[in-house]
Amino acid sequence: MNLNAAAASLENDPETAAGKTVYVYEGPVRLWHWINALCILVLAVSGYLIGSPLPSVSGEASANFLMGYIRFAHFAAAYVFAVGFLVRIYWAVAGNHHARQLFMLPVTDMKWWAGLIRELRWYLFLEKQPYKYVGHNPLGHLFMFLFVTVAAILMICTGFALYGEGMGLGSWQDRLFGWVIPLLGGSQATHSWHHLGMWGIVTFVILHVYAAVREDIMSRQTMISTMISGQRTFRE
Amino acid sequence: MTETFYDVLRRQGISRRSFLKFCSLTATSLGLGSAYAPKIAHAMETKPRTPVIWLEGLECTCCSESFIRSAHPLTKDVILSMLSLDYHVTLMAAAGHQAEKQLEEIKKKYKGNYILAVEGNPPLNEDGMFCIEGGRPFVEILKETAADAKAVIAWGACASYGCVQAAKPNPTRATPIDKVISGKPIVKVPGCPPIAEVMTGVVTYMLTFDRIPELDRQGRPKMFYGQRIHDKCYRRPHFDAGQFVEQWDDDNARKGYCLYKMGCKGPTTYNACSTVRWNDGVSFPIQSGHGCIGCSEEGFWDKGSFYDRVTDIKQFGIEANADKVGGTAAAAAGAAVAVHAAASALKKAKKSETVTGEN
Repeated sequence: MNLNAAAASLENDPETAAGKTVYVYEGPVRLWHWINALCILVLAVSGYLIGSPLPSVSGEASANFLMGYIRFAHFAAAYVFAVGFLVRIYWAVAGNHHARQLFMLPVTDMKWWAGLIRELRWYLFLEKQPYKYVGHNPLGHLFMFLFVTVAAILMICTGFALYGEGMGLGSWQDRLFGWVIPLLGGSQATHSWHHLGMWGIVTFVILHVYAAVREDIMSRQTMISTMISGQRTFRE
Repeated sequence: MTETFYDVLRRQGISRRSFLKFCSLTATSLGLGSAYAPKIAHAMETKPRTPVIWLEGLECTCCSESFIRSAHPLTKDVILSMLSLDYHVTLMAAAGHQAEKQLEEIKKKYKGNYILAVEGNPPLNEDGMFCIEGGRPFVEILKETAADAKAVIAWGACASYGCVQAAKPNPTRATPIDKVISGKPIVKVPGCPPIAEVMTGVVTYMLTFDRIPELDRQGRPKMFYGQRIHDKCYRRPHFDAGQFVEQWDDDNARKGYCLYKMGCKGPTTYNACSTVRWNDGVSFPIQSGHGCIGCSEEGFWDKGSFYDRVTDIKQFGIEANADKVGGTAAAAAGAAVAVHAAASALKKAKKSETVTGEN
């Protein structure tokens, strides 16, 4: 299939005809999305404050536990994030085919590439209108894969490796993830990578929120309400 | 009859009482408990003495300096009695051809049965000519001596990881010994220098139990490198409380608050400084008011400033750390979003104008 034929088949998909509504995101996917969003907020703020702590508190050490609470928030949110990610992987198997989209990139599909180029041109104001998609559009799909799936795996691996340092040699965190630290060149380097990962995700969140709002207004399909109700409605 | 450690010690004038005290002390310092003291004593009384050959490559001799200052004078005497009889460039009485002959003799006599302790590392550039000993490149001597050794100890950051001579750009290509020696068990005892008691502890363990101590993933003895400085730091309560030294001369520094914000590498450094301490247990860097510089971590010279917590990442240019790189990316994304949103709004407005116009 060449690019033009792929484009034609995308434009004339009966499933995305104007006025049609499709159930895309099932309950567990939506719940995971919002829990994940909350986790990322807590993790980014508490993580930043672990790297650059707040101004010193006064009084006796035993009367304060500020850094302890910040670290607790980070670790608790990290566990929720990690468990949520595992449940999400399970749902990729158990749920509908849209639930699987996050975990694989269809790089051999010409239709996907045609859509990616179209979507890029749409963002460069070179197209009058974008294609319609039941799931993620190819550009969004690419970003989700890199900054949600891949980034989550990297953050979970480096995060639990660092957590394992405190839990000690022989803890399950150390046994499962401890190999990461020498691989990245030591504890300090692992901290740096984990920190960069945070900024990568923060940058993604900015783009993600903007794209969701913009496409809700400008594209030919619903976006924000779809992640609340699960239903996607198409427009002309 | 073959000489045992005990025979050697007695010949050196060490009393039975002192010997037993040494055994208890060693058992404790190795974390083995008092029940092991008689076992150590028995091993030293019955086992034939294992000679130790101590080679020095590209290094500063700080490991040897640390070693001979082992806290307990007794420990020092005992260990030195074991070592000085054999080969140690700085400490042995022999010199020149006599010394080299002695090395050859030990290698022949105790083939496959001696411990090789290496201080420093071999530089590999220019066929190893940056470190010549007795007219030959050190790397050759190291390989030869290691070939017939039972086990190898890598003293300090130099032998373990390369240390300052291997810091970028590493002009002599100074190389950690585990990259040169193969097929021998290697115990890494990093630090610049390692703590004296850690060094004597490792040697004693290997000599008395005739095996290498349990090692972690990076080849370091778990008993001394199993935890971070931070995990056992006496200033840890101030860290958890959120009480930090903000400037070197502030009130918090005088109160002995946590040095985390001053770039202390305690949270990323595996060593026994906060438990064993230095100079007869007198102090250690954090106790004297300066953060840990992470000298027992791999490549610590190339890991950014000693005084930053979020250290610079050299790949991103001079003086850029994760916050600067990431913050710039996030700000750029935010700015791009703002511009794009404005352009999108314009487009949308134009479109609705057209639509209204058409109506």
